[in-house]
Amino acid sequence: MEKTKIVEIRNVNKLYDENHVVKDLSLDVYAGEFLTLLGSSGCGKTTTLRMIAGFEQPTDGLILVEGENVADKEPYERNVNTVFQSYALFPHMTVFDNIAYGLKMKRVKKKEIHDRVMEMLELVQLGGFEKRYPSQLSGGQKQRVAIARALINNPKVLLLDEPLGALDLKLRKQMQLELKRLQKKLNITFIYVTHDQEEALSMSDRIAVMHGGVLEQVAVPLEIYESPASKFVATFIGETNLFEGRVVKIEGNSVSVMVESGMVTALGEGFSEGELVSISVRPERMNYSVTPVEGFTIEAKVREQVYVGSVIKAIVELGNGNEVKLERLAGQALPMDGTVYLYWGENDAKLLRTPDNEFFQAVENIQMC
Amino acid sequence: MKTKKGAAISIATMVSPVTLWMAFFIAIPLLYVAVMSFCGTDENYNVVFRLTLENYRRLLDPSYLQIYMQSILIAFLTTAFCILLGYPFAFLIARTKSRKKALLYMLVIIPFWTNSLIRIYGWRTFLSASGMLNTLLMKLNLIDTQIDFLYNIGTTVFGMVYCLFPFMILPLYTAIEKLDINLLEASSDLGARGASTFFHIILPLTASGIFSGSIMVFIPALGYFFVADILGGGNSDVIGNLIERQFQSGNNWPLGAALSMILIGITLLLVKLYQKCGGDMESLGV
Repeated sequence: MEKTKIVEIRNVNKLYDENHVVKDLSLDVYAGEFLTLLGSSGCGKTTTLRMIAGFEQPTDGLILVEGENVADKEPYERNVNTVFQSYALFPHMTVFDNIAYGLKMKRVKKKEIHDRVMEMLELVQLGGFEKRYPSQLSGGQKQRVAIARALINNPKVLLLDEPLGALDLKLRKQMQLELKRLQKKLNITFIYVTHDQEEALSMSDRIAVMHGGVLEQVAVPLEIYESPASKFVATFIGETNLFEGRVVKIEGNSVSVMVESGMVTALGEGFSEGELVSISVRPERMNYSVTPVEGFTIEAKVREQVYVGSVIKAIVELGNGNEVKLERLAGQALPMDGTVYLYWGENDAKLLRTPDNEFFQAVENIQMC
Repeated sequence: MKTKKGAAISIATMVSPVTLWMAFFIAIPLLYVAVMSFCGTDENYNVVFRLTLENYRRLLDPSYLQIYMQSILIAFLTTAFCILLGYPFAFLIARTKSRKKALLYMLVIIPFWTNSLIRIYGWRTFLSASGMLNTLLMKLNLIDTQIDFLYNIGTTVFGMVYCLFPFMILPLYTAIEKLDINLLEASSDLGARGASTFFHIILPLTASGIFSGSIMVFIPALGYFFVADILGGGNSDVIGNLIERQFQSGNNWPLGAALSMILIGITLLLVKLYQKCGGDMESLGV
């Protein structure tokens, strides 16, 4: 089935004076999906969201909503709504008036406004709160009002800017599930901004990872986790062990890499001998043996092991003093003394081009100029 | 017990200078005026103590009533003009970033540092029949004969607005500064155009500033007799002029005291109203 594109971002750049906040961003968002813009603070994710909402204008590039260029449209003319991080509820209006605001602006009949607001209150489980003022609500309740106030307008796309950022952990988990439920039920496209990778992994249909204004990877959560496209994605999402080294031998798609502490093997295509690479291995994929393994020559000593419920988290130390993390199921503790040999299955490691290649790329660009 | 006693002593020592100050400079003079308003005078206009309501009866004299109305009208116009001019200006200051903000702020504050009496005299010289404005207009051949700008209600209102403008700007500025920009974005996001956002969000959320600014302008405008004197020349008296006259040329202190009590009464009434409507006492500097 062909998916409909609802938002298309094409080669968008955003500069504040000299500050290049969003760099040549291209991204398609499909109707009905839950897409998360994930990145640390200052990566340009909120700016991207604000450009879709219309609060900021791209320095260049195009943004299309339902195939229509929105460059000349004011926020009030766009069929998208925003849930603000700070909620931005109108403090002088009741919950009812807050939620009714969008419909009032559209001059919807009073009776209809009343019915739709009441329906919305039920939907976000705030029935009976309509006469309260925002100052009389808890953080979670304010959040629900903010969501209801946006959703009542039936937006094509709902933009959420770190909506759960101010809530405590337990409430956040609960709201995550609820947001997901709402999104599926109403079948509205969500573009969700967060810096919390766990939140992104558990809620999203697709995740767009941003770093330094650049879109690093767009993929489904599993792919983001299992095959990160860059070193940044590998380290930002979940825990990982990174080895940096140089390709020494290629046989088919099996690549041998010399890293500082020894020789390792991983699968990869399109690499060449002598190339600088990084290898990312998740702690739960990292394996060990008490006898040497073919293709691997990394020796390590177990430094500590911690039981965390059903798993053991172990830290081993390499010859050069670097630490490597391992995760094993409880009951499979590592030997505390003697040398262990680290290895991994061919599919358990991800071979990545290092930013050094980007550096060479940059040198090439300069020469071309 | 010992600590409690210690605390009581330290509170007493901390409070007493303030208490003494308040007693000497506010409570006792007020009491003095209040008592005097019930006194009479002898044939030489000396205050004599005899309890009487005579002064208050005289306050209802039609010629006085007319001046109360005129004073309230002047105060009302002054407040209205201060809001109309002050709101856009306060908005400008509050929304200006960078160093220009300090400059705009200083433009309001600096004239405030010069005695307002002197500034009002300056305006009289500037506006008078042979003053600079008339000379300038004649030189430019814009007018043939001198225009008398002085001695009418309009000029008095102008002077009042000029003197009291900062009192309006400061609370307005505070209220507008507090306005969360996210709320304006949210309003726009929900489909409101500029005008709708102004009337539904900005105005209600800055109403407290307008309200406290109005209190701070309206009350002094009832009493700024020197503006009415210098620019209005007796044609636009306010309650303050009546009081001043009783204490000076009229030499009827008990009547002046009674008039003062009326002014204090109006002030208290307005402040009480302000409080009732949810006004913040701190923004009045109380």
